[in-house]
Amino acid sequence: MTADDARTLVLRNLAEVAPEADLASLPADADLRTVLDLDSMDMFNLVTAISEESGIEIPDRDVGRLTSLDAAVGYLVGAPSAGA
Amino acid sequence: MGDLRMPTLGADMTAGTLLEWHVAPGDAVHRGDIVATVDTDKAEIDIETFDDGVVDALVVEPGTRVPVGTVLATLRADGEVPRMAAPVAPEPAVAVPAPPPPAPSAAPVVSAPPVAAAAPAHRRRVSPLARRVAADLGVDLAAVTGTGPAGAITRVDVERATTTVPGTTVPGTTVPGRAAVERRSADERLASLRAAVAALMARSKREIPHYTVQRTIDLTAALDWLDAYNAGQPPARRLLPAALLLRAVALAAHDVPEVNGTYEDDTFHPAPDVTLGVAISLRQGGVIAPAIPNADALALPDLMSDLRELTARARRGVLRGTDLGGATLTVTSLGDQGADLVCGVIFPPQVALVGFGRIAERPVAVNGMLGARRTVIATLAGDHRVSDGHRGSLLLASLDHHLQEPDAL
Repeated sequence: MTADDARTLVLRNLAEVAPEADLASLPADADLRTVLDLDSMDMFNLVTAISEESGIEIPDRDVGRLTSLDAAVGYLVGAPSAGA
Repeated sequence: MGDLRMPTLGADMTAGTLLEWHVAPGDAVHRGDIVATVDTDKAEIDIETFDDGVVDALVVEPGTRVPVGTVLATLRADGEVPRMAAPVAPEPAVAVPAPPPPAPSAAPVVSAPPVAAAAPAHRRRVSPLARRVAADLGVDLAAVTGTGPAGAITRVDVERATTTVPGTTVPGTTVPGRAAVERRSADERLASLRAAVAALMARSKREIPHYTVQRTIDLTAALDWLDAYNAGQPPARRLLPAALLLRAVALAAHDVPEVNGTYEDDTFHPAPDVTLGVAISLRQGGVIAPAIPNADALALPDLMSDLRELTARARRGVLRGTDLGGATLTVTSLGDQGADLVCGVIFPPQVALVGFGRIAERPVAVNGMLGARRTVIATLAGDHRVSDGHRGSLLLASLDHHLQEPDAL
């Protein structure tokens, strides 16, 4: 997965989880939980959707690594895809 | 055959506005199908039917505000001759060409395909967001192919439909009652939700003599169990700590029944089952407390999935009728970013509210040794007309007990 694909994927699903958020002005390194006020259920839904759409397994212990847009993109780019 | 009525969506609701019909006369409906969307002070609600049957007549036009209990539509049994609904709905009955009694009486009842063109499209699952986007873009949902779970239409599907069929403005759907009325703006919605919360909480503070007790609960065992459970699960099947807490509350409510029920007409009415209200804060402002029916009978994975879907609906501002059906006990959980403890306000006519602050590592003395343990501070706000601090404390002790034995949750 390319960084552009990953960014698009994360932003699209962020828009689903937080439809009221202004994602255009979201700093790429900001903690999503504080800046967008995402709670554990929001993070759960975000990780689930990203994992299902990308086919990338995201173990529970790694969920804490997807806390910002940049961190999530970095994680997805570096992760082995399901079929690989 | 039952009629579809404006449901009671909470003790404080007296009326609602019909926004949109998702069915037309002659459509077959099944228990659980979403047939209409109504607007209340708190949220938009998708109304489900509790019967199997055929829509006879749509009685109330979109845009109409009617009292709770008003008949919105009449249903008839499959195969039953349409009632002459002229007295209640003269205009639609004349204008709608859908159910001409002689012709379809035999054939369409047994053969699905002829009806398929119209009926299933209306019944298809549509995400609330998709519905809103479709309304904004003027997309006919009947012409959209769903790619979501169980063929549900998602926002992406709607947007795809606009690009493939530009400017589709649905000339076919001129059936009276099908058109949606204009939705309230986000600001209007927020203001009315705030007013509804204010009215209910003011009533609570006026009528209910609250007491509050608190207890710090060690979650080490519960969270270790959760980590082990989640390690073997794909993301969608994992559990959140909130699900464990809700499950424990539902079990504890059986141990101390004075916290589970309603207080009406100067009498406490204990509830046999636990309909668990979940206070969900909306990021735009306001709080709404929809309920999970029979939460005490749900296994953890089912409770988790109900909680997840309920939260999603609340966040999108479109709940289901069954979501607001008379909670008997409500839980408020502040989440990871929250304060350490919350002394909640009871939702009338309930008689108690369980509050959880954020889960955090805190210094705890165990067997004479001080250690850092993951704990949560649980509180119970109780109604002194029904119980007192002693019984409230027992509820929290029971909660603690259940959380120390996660295998049994």
